[in-house]
Amino acid sequence: MTSITANGGPSYISAGYTLRSWLTTRDHKRIALLYLVSILFFFVIAAVAAAMIRIELLTPAGDLVDDDTYNKLFTVHGVVMVWFFLIPSIPATFGNFLIPLMIGAKDVAFPRLNLASWYVYTLGGLFVVGTLIAGGVDTGWTFYTPYTTMFSNSHVIAAVTGVFIVGFSSIFTGLNFIVTVHQMRAPGMTWFRLPLFVWAHYATSLVMVLATPVLAMTLALIAIERLLGVGIFDPALGGDPLLFQHLFWFYSHPAVYIMILPAMGVVSEVIACFARKPIFGYRFMVYSLLAIAAVGFMVWGHHMFVSGQSMYAGMVFSLLSFLVAIPSAIKVFNWTATLYKGSIHFDAPMLYALGFIGLFMMGGITGIWLAALAADVHLTDTYFVVAHFHYIMVGGAVMAFFAALHFWWPKVTGRLYPDGWARAGAIVMFVGFNLTFFPQYIAGFLGMPRRYHAYPDEFQVLNVLSSGGAVVLGVGYLLPLLYLGWSLRRGRLAGANPWGATGLEWQTPSPPPPDNFASPPRVEGPPYAYHAEQAAGDSHGR
Amino acid sequence: MSGFEPFIAEASAAAGRTDALLLALTIISVLVVGGISLTIVVFAVRWHAGSRASRQRARGSVPNRGRMAEALWIGIPLLVFLGIFVWAAVLYHQMRSPAADALTIDVVAKQWMWKIQHRDGQREINELHVPVGRPIELVMTSQDVIHSFFVPAFRIKQDVLPGRYTTLSFTPTRVGQYQLFCAEFCGTSHSQMRGTVIVMTPSEFSDWLAANPGEGSLAAQGEALFRRFGCSGCHGASSSVHAPKLEGLYGHPVALANGSQVTADARYIRDSILLPVSQVTAGYTPIMPSFKGQVSEEDILKLVAYIRSLAATESQP
Repeated sequence: MTSITANGGPSYISAGYTLRSWLTTRDHKRIALLYLVSILFFFVIAAVAAAMIRIELLTPAGDLVDDDTYNKLFTVHGVVMVWFFLIPSIPATFGNFLIPLMIGAKDVAFPRLNLASWYVYTLGGLFVVGTLIAGGVDTGWTFYTPYTTMFSNSHVIAAVTGVFIVGFSSIFTGLNFIVTVHQMRAPGMTWFRLPLFVWAHYATSLVMVLATPVLAMTLALIAIERLLGVGIFDPALGGDPLLFQHLFWFYSHPAVYIMILPAMGVVSEVIACFARKPIFGYRFMVYSLLAIAAVGFMVWGHHMFVSGQSMYAGMVFSLLSFLVAIPSAIKVFNWTATLYKGSIHFDAPMLYALGFIGLFMMGGITGIWLAALAADVHLTDTYFVVAHFHYIMVGGAVMAFFAALHFWWPKVTGRLYPDGWARAGAIVMFVGFNLTFFPQYIAGFLGMPRRYHAYPDEFQVLNVLSSGGAVVLGVGYLLPLLYLGWSLRRGRLAGANPWGATGLEWQTPSPPPPDNFASPPRVEGPPYAYHAEQAAGDSHGR
Repeated sequence: MSGFEPFIAEASAAAGRTDALLLALTIISVLVVGGISLTIVVFAVRWHAGSRASRQRARGSVPNRGRMAEALWIGIPLLVFLGIFVWAAVLYHQMRSPAADALTIDVVAKQWMWKIQHRDGQREINELHVPVGRPIELVMTSQDVIHSFFVPAFRIKQDVLPGRYTTLSFTPTRVGQYQLFCAEFCGTSHSQMRGTVIVMTPSEFSDWLAANPGEGSLAAQGEALFRRFGCSGCHGASSSVHAPKLEGLYGHPVALANGSQVTADARYIRDSILLPVSQVTAGYTPIMPSFKGQVSEEDILKLVAYIRSLAATESQP
């Protein structure tokens, strides 16, 4: 990696090479890298579980692993992917790295709290690893009661403790971002000059800070019922199992927006840069981010249309779920409109971002199916739902994570990766993803329930297709590991601004110095000052 | 009839209606995803870097064009969404409104099986026999964790909860055998908690009922339990204890001591057996002991059937 920045001072990487210098750092950029390494570790664990699930489902009989093991596999896949990869994925890594740079600040508002959040995350992660070593947990990531509290014979308390703890790392990160955006903006960086990436993280942070405590309380109530036998959720003890579902989804539906809002932020940056145009309808994009965060708190009951919740509650939640789809639709239309009369470059980050739009659109529109009451009665708890949320959370959030990784890799490492390989990786991932998850829509439509270790014969063809697609998807995930790893030592030096992008983060060397900017930047105008008219002539506009 | 028939059977009254909605959703989705994807591809090709296509704004362009575009793509989806919402909500309401003449059948779920009790005392496990064309209402509860009763061919699903009754209404429209799945994860053998719904012609169904007699009708079995548990000691006609009479009770409103009013349905009877102090009838003292832990879910359903059979009886003065 580049050890010396253009102006001769050390970069944030060369500022210290000892392990101690990393583990005690308060530099947001280094903490971002600590997070990046940690979340990739957990991504691998969860991906291995997914691979075993897909192998088991090649045949209708449960023959690779026994039923309890299968149940533990999908539980660990869900728990680890949701809380240890997806929720911190973009915010704790790229959010952490970029928000201070994008607003022209030296660091986040509370650097120590930022480091503490990583340690808290790691502690939570240790509980989950411990749970796995001890034999796993079989409740599903949703921890539904009374199964979780009174019937499961697996390591519920250890798993729940891990998730409880990791929640605090989200709260710390969210709090830090909110204060940073309010207090640390450079002169001239008014609210409506903020890049959409920053707005997206601001909205995400609000959700993190407001929703995560409810999850913590809910998990604590699980522990109280399971350990002390206090009747909260189990009717045999005088509790109410639906109370759990209300509390759980009050957090876990907004949690989906914790995953997707930062992804929307990433895609907005990438689309504007590679179309060489300002984002179409900037203010509408801001308002729709905030609307998603706000209305997202009022739709949790759409997970419960067949749960025994009252019919009229179902109708209210259905209507609100249709309304929350509107701001998402606005975003898709505005990204599309941004391409209009642009000067469009198809570098790897752009391919990932365009892939995001396609997959997010599929996931979003099938969300409309599930919001429609009578349709949901048939489709809920089937593979249709599994396909739907994977299109949002993997097709959407993970594609955007890779878009971010490829877009800001030169900034983070100072090196360029081989673009041909990276484009190939994006295409393999997109194709592999669709091969894996599209058949699951059909399986669910035809009635295949989720979380089935063994299944009726007629679903085998679709499951084999899905498992085959997963191999392609796996290759798509491995490719970046190879060429990005290669680029760390052998890649061309990137320079400060390899894409010709406009954000403040591109006006400082790559990798940036520890204090981000040699002199405090001043902001004179709105973001995305791209000019397609002028860029069109030269073929690469750089 | 909607075109999904070759892939998944349409065997209930709700199935056809739900499929029409699903077909509309499919068409809308294909149009929207296809349309936007095509637009992106066209833009990407026409305005790729280096292309000669004009980037100049149209001359005399309308001011506020951006806002008009936004209004357009907020307004149109909103109207479409509201339309789908209303359509789906009406169907949902329809699904959940049982016919007055529905044949009620009890379902008790447990890890990992479905236990069925018919009115006349027939019992079956992981199989449910029903006559074609007759509205059915399942009254369901669980002995342990949450399960979910899902028959894809009927397009119906309802979670089955411990500690309360949920109901599921449907009218089978086609003779045949259809899969029953548990759709809510319920532990180790969740994926084996499957069964079959067997839809028969009315005459075949009568034959089946006759060939599988239980130990008398549910109401008769309930009456025996009513005496065995000592309920009759207080609630019986000749009792001297001041307890509410149960004749003519079922399905009628009951005034409670706390001033509220409830309808005496299966849920009310169940709660009154297990948690008698929670809903005391106005004018009575809470002296009834709880039968929690002493009476199984199946027996409670039999007691409910007995009390229901008393509904027609005139209450004694």
